[in-house]
Amino acid sequence: MIYLQLFLAYLKIGFFGFGGGYPMISLIYNEMVVRHTWLTQSVFTDIVAISQMTPGPIALNCATFVGYSVTGSVWGSVLTTVAVCTPSMTLMLLITVFYRRLQNNRLMKGALDWMRPVLAGLIGAAAVMFLNRETFFDWKTVLVCVASLAAVWKKINPIWVLLASAVLGILLFSGSPG
Amino acid sequence: MRLLLQLFWTFFKIGALTFGSGYAMISIIENEVVDRRHWFEREEFYNHFTLAQSAPGPIALNTAVFTGYRVKGFWGAAVSVLGMAIPSFVIILLIAVCLTDFRDNSYVNAAFMGMRPCVVALIAVPCIRLILRLKGFWQILLATASLALIAFTGVSPVLLLAIGAVIGLVLTYYAKP
Repeated sequence: MIYLQLFLAYLKIGFFGFGGGYPMISLIYNEMVVRHTWLTQSVFTDIVAISQMTPGPIALNCATFVGYSVTGSVWGSVLTTVAVCTPSMTLMLLITVFYRRLQNNRLMKGALDWMRPVLAGLIGAAAVMFLNRETFFDWKTVLVCVASLAAVWKKINPIWVLLASAVLGILLFSGSPG
Repeated sequence: MRLLLQLFWTFFKIGALTFGSGYAMISIIENEVVDRRHWFEREEFYNHFTLAQSAPGPIALNTAVFTGYRVKGFWGAAVSVLGMAIPSFVIILLIAVCLTDFRDNSYVNAAFMGMRPCVVALIAVPCIRLILRLKGFWQILLATASLALIAFTGVSPVLLLAIGAVIGLVLTYYAKP
């Protein structure tokens, strides 16, 4: 039952998606491409690119897109969206209710402090897993990556950087096959 | 009822008009809920936001939950999340359905060939920023080990996050207060 598996996988992604969209990308990759092989690497990369470019939180956009791509049906999107909203509607709601008691909790701060290095590793792993021949097939693609890196580092809005690289892509690669 | 509609509309607007991750949205949400609607004091909003960042789940949704709850309880939180989710859902679904028709177009294909290396850069930058803010040798070692384990051995990221949390709890518990 792919719908149930998808829902459970996305629930897991939601509940362990600390730190928002970017660390979540790595978790989604792990579940959808590596474990269940529902999506290929290049389809997944395209989903991430589109989720960045369209309005709305990346995590939500990704969820809708992945749900549709895996099942080919709107109901897949409904399931993944509900799953990705579940941690917020349960855990975050509880945290808000007990806000005053949690605010200065030493143990919670300590735990979060040591989850941060793992988060850094998680995001880094997502970047490393994208380093493949499908994405970097010649020196021009490497150049696009380095230029994007510099632009994003300089705090240029990622949407403009993505749009610019799409235009570059059309100029550089529209003649080549594949 | 009017408050519920206001909450829904506020987060619908934010969902439909802002781009990027929760961090990119914070100033826009702050402007709406603190400056325009006066639902929070600024200081209080930031305190809540810190918790929204620390909890699992998308930061933007967590922000919708705490704002909605503070203004109108459980249903306030529910309509805020709904408002935030609907624009993403509709827009992405339209794109996903149409994309199958455009996928073989050579220009669309070329555009994606340009965007893929860019996506790698978009992911690498927050990673580098996070690493630069780590404290001390052991945290950097943990980050490097996590990266290697996840990327090359297929260890579950969930397990590593749990290990990180346990290390933090133990260290804090036995640290001198």
